[in-house]
Amino acid sequence: MKHTLSVLVENHPGVLSRIAGLFSRRGFNIDSLAVGTTEVPDISRMTIVVNGDDYIVEQVKKQLNKLIDVIKISEIDPVNSVTRELVLIKVNADTSSRSEIIQIVEVFRANIVDVNKDSMIIEVVGDEGKVNAMQELLSQYGIKELVRTGVIGLNRGPKTIK
Amino acid sequence: MNTTGAEALIRSLEKKGVEIIFGYPGGSVLQIYDLLRDSSIKHVLTRSEQAAAHAASGYSRVTGRVGVCLATSGPGATNLITGIATAYMDSIPLVAITGQVSTDMIGKDVFQEVDITGATAPFTKHNYLVKDVKELPRVVKEAFYIASTGRPGPVLIDIPKDVAAAVFEYTYPERVNIRGYKPNYEGHPLQIQKAVKAINRARQPVICAGGGVVSSGCHNELLKLAEKCKIPVAMTLMGLGSIPGEHELALGMFGMHGTYFANKAVSQADLIIAAGARFGDRAIGKRDKFAPNAKIVHIDIDPAEIGKNIDTYIPIVGDLKRVLAKILEETEEVKEREWLNTIRKLKTEHPLKYEKSEKLKPQFVIEKLYQLTKGRAIVSTEVGQHQIWTAHFYKFSEPRRFITSGGLGTMGYGFPAAIGAQLGRPEERVITISGDGSFQMNLPELATALENNLPIKIIVLNNGTLGMVRQLQDFYCNGRHSCVDFKFVPDFSRIAESYGALGVRIQREDEVEDALKAVLNSDRPAVADVIIDSDEKVFPMVLNNSPLSEMIGGY
Repeated sequence: MKHTLSVLVENHPGVLSRIAGLFSRRGFNIDSLAVGTTEVPDISRMTIVVNGDDYIVEQVKKQLNKLIDVIKISEIDPVNSVTRELVLIKVNADTSSRSEIIQIVEVFRANIVDVNKDSMIIEVVGDEGKVNAMQELLSQYGIKELVRTGVIGLNRGPKTIK
Repeated sequence: MNTTGAEALIRSLEKKGVEIIFGYPGGSVLQIYDLLRDSSIKHVLTRSEQAAAHAASGYSRVTGRVGVCLATSGPGATNLITGIATAYMDSIPLVAITGQVSTDMIGKDVFQEVDITGATAPFTKHNYLVKDVKELPRVVKEAFYIASTGRPGPVLIDIPKDVAAAVFEYTYPERVNIRGYKPNYEGHPLQIQKAVKAINRARQPVICAGGGVVSSGCHNELLKLAEKCKIPVAMTLMGLGSIPGEHELALGMFGMHGTYFANKAVSQADLIIAAGARFGDRAIGKRDKFAPNAKIVHIDIDPAEIGKNIDTYIPIVGDLKRVLAKILEETEEVKEREWLNTIRKLKTEHPLKYEKSEKLKPQFVIEKLYQLTKGRAIVSTEVGQHQIWTAHFYKFSEPRRFITSGGLGTMGYGFPAAIGAQLGRPEERVITISGDGSFQMNLPELATALENNLPIKIIVLNNGTLGMVRQLQDFYCNGRHSCVDFKFVPDFSRIAESYGALGVRIQREDEVEDALKAVLNSDRPAVADVIIDSDEKVFPMVLNNSPLSEMIGGY
């Protein structure tokens, strides 16, 4: 079962390694981790997707909370939230397949951000389901390279994590 | 006013009331040591940095204050590591200060450089690499605050050489405000109500007292609760002394080497009140068979311990002293319960015991030591068989008298810890009970003891083997002993003499009393080399994957 945690941390050097170290030391698995500064310059927000049962996720939260540099942790509601991931996919595209790929890109409301005679780079933004569907469709043409940012997310509504 | 970083450090330490630092100098801490010469803070030079960390820990355990140790960069810092990890596992407040190479050299693999904040992150409560001298006073203040509040633990401050030399305008912060660190001291009132109800309803309750009783200083509240509600108290290794060992309600230690009656009582209980105990693997036996009929009330300052090892019926996060005081107020008094008869019967029918033979038995030596000191001593141990024999046969009357490495199980801990303990409590008699294996790990600290006129008594239970491992090999490797028997063991009494300490050698039971008296009455450090039966084992013993109720031997 996947859980998405939103973690506010001090924007210090070394914080990322403390958090990554905690996961490896305690045997927790990270599916993805995305980090960046927030509207407050000395606070960063990490969005961590963890795979595990309720016991594991409870332990992850409690152990993260023990880190002095962690200010707040909350879970992104799996239903009432917006989550997004940005993926860049470099896919084989020659004259015979290019127009088909362009159609797929349009259907998914993705963007073509680079084209050359053998391949193109496609930019997809979406939740995990959309990204996976896109990846699967493009795999028939041969994916040369793929990079994803990891999921970020916010709960819907006026409530905030501060 | 303008000061250097090193000066700011010393002033901040003085301001925190630090009286003593255990340390070892080196190139990256030259400025700090230069200023220590003129400071009111006493510096104790150990013979290795590891011993400095252990000594700071021993000092902290007996005084309840934050222990401070200091080492240079690189190998000085890495030598502290075992001491820091030992303190972390037993929740002992330490501030470890290390020198670091200059900030412009960091990451270039220069002489005596090591990433000590990276290395110690998993077993410090927090650590700092101070890159800007202006942060130093705040960092020192925060380090002491973090080390000593909530669940205590070690904090490391790494200070690059150029930061120690840099000049800035020193001001000491008035207050600490760390937004990511707000320990919760008050237990939730509703949870406390639930616990009170559960206690009032219980017919066969047992308190499991852990190291949290010692660190929160709540042994009085605990004893009152036990007496008011007639609840027997089993203790973890870290919790020994939570209630007087001779008390009617005291069950001694429970766990892998617990007493028969403590393990049986815990296994038959219908309510376990875990007070500052984390249900460590050595305490609970087979996890899913622990106290099968009991509801569990778990009181701990660290929320992460709740539900980590054992499912809890009523969790209470808070300071044990405050929570127990509230529970004590509201529980109903109990005059007598049938359960206590069961306990009394278990205790009289299955006491701790050992077989006598013509060879000298270690348990006898510890019993003798207990009688001769009337229980009025601070006793540290190393790790191994002698540690458990001490836990069994020396009855601790109050907390902060038993100094041992529980969580990490660090051989070489006890003697340097005794040095710290003796400096923290100069008026007390401090004894280290050791084995021939452990004592050889930090034996050079005899020099530190002599140099500082510390009349520590070291009782080496010498069986010429690594007895605890040997015992494990007996049970788990079909008695095939591998690399546990020493082919050479020195005469520890003569080593002691060469240091200028008193040395005695004890080989027979009829020598024990007089020799121990001579050791105890000496005003010098003294070493008793006690040649014991090398086949003696620690019993009772709960084998791997067995429940606590299934023990072998020793009852």
